[in-house]
Amino acid sequence: MTPDLWSSLGGGLLIGAGAATLLLLNGRIAGISGILDNTVRGVFGAQAWRIAFLLGLVAPAAVFGLGEIRFAQSAPVLALAGVLVGFGTRVGSGCTSGHGVCGLANWSLRSLLATLTFMTSAALVVFIVRHGAVPWHS
Amino acid sequence: MAFLTALIAGLLFGTGLLWSRMCDPQRVLAFLDVAGLWNPALAFTMGGAVLVAMPAFYFVRKRHVDMLGTATTLPDRFKLTARLFCGSAIFGIGWGLSGICPGPGLLLLTGGTTQSIVFVAGIVAGFFVSGVLDESAKTGAQR
Repeated sequence: MTPDLWSSLGGGLLIGAGAATLLLLNGRIAGISGILDNTVRGVFGAQAWRIAFLLGLVAPAAVFGLGEIRFAQSAPVLALAGVLVGFGTRVGSGCTSGHGVCGLANWSLRSLLATLTFMTSAALVVFIVRHGAVPWHS
Repeated sequence: MAFLTALIAGLLFGTGLLWSRMCDPQRVLAFLDVAGLWNPALAFTMGGAVLVAMPAFYFVRKRHVDMLGTATTLPDRFKLTARLFCGSAIFGIGWGLSGICPGPGLLLLTGGTTQSIVFVAGIVAGFFVSGVLDESAKTGAQR
């Protein structure tokens, strides 16, 4: 194991601890797309916990800095990608945190298949962008 | 109380994202690039997170309450719909293009870059479009 993989694993353990904390102490799923959606929509009622979670989420990055960030695309392409991410996560009821972390931890068949689906379509897009061909033609 | 515990949960989650460096789009793309120099880092991060969260989900699934005794219902685990697959596939296209998913997208905002701002604005626009389509589907069904 390289130091890089240890920090990837260590970060993962903390992410899991965060998801466990929100479930055990708030009775809520740490699905970031859903939390963000409800926050911007201003769904009133039990709204404070969402704002608190999002504040906590970004605070470490605001305090310690992001480290090396290498954007892969220009701003217009990122805007389009953002729309697809926002739309897709709402239609599919979850993203990497909701399906990929919480759903898999909950032994959810739905989340397993959702995770396999978004990983497959993402890998296909990366293949086309980076290797300039669709796999079934190469 | 709910505010404090959610804040702590967010801090843990955000520190984990930072430490695993999953906010760097190129690291995520290196995981998705199975035909290139494949970097398994994301699998370690996701695997570690699932491992730690699993006992918590087991507890709530069996007891139907959280640790403070509040009734808690977990989402359905077996309902497979066309929506689930279509939505997830579309999310994957955006994720594969950018190397950014919603959590890291929010962290990137702290850098104040144009790229991060337009990406998150795009996410919110995508939420809006999905909401409008759901609303019109609802009124269409009522007619």
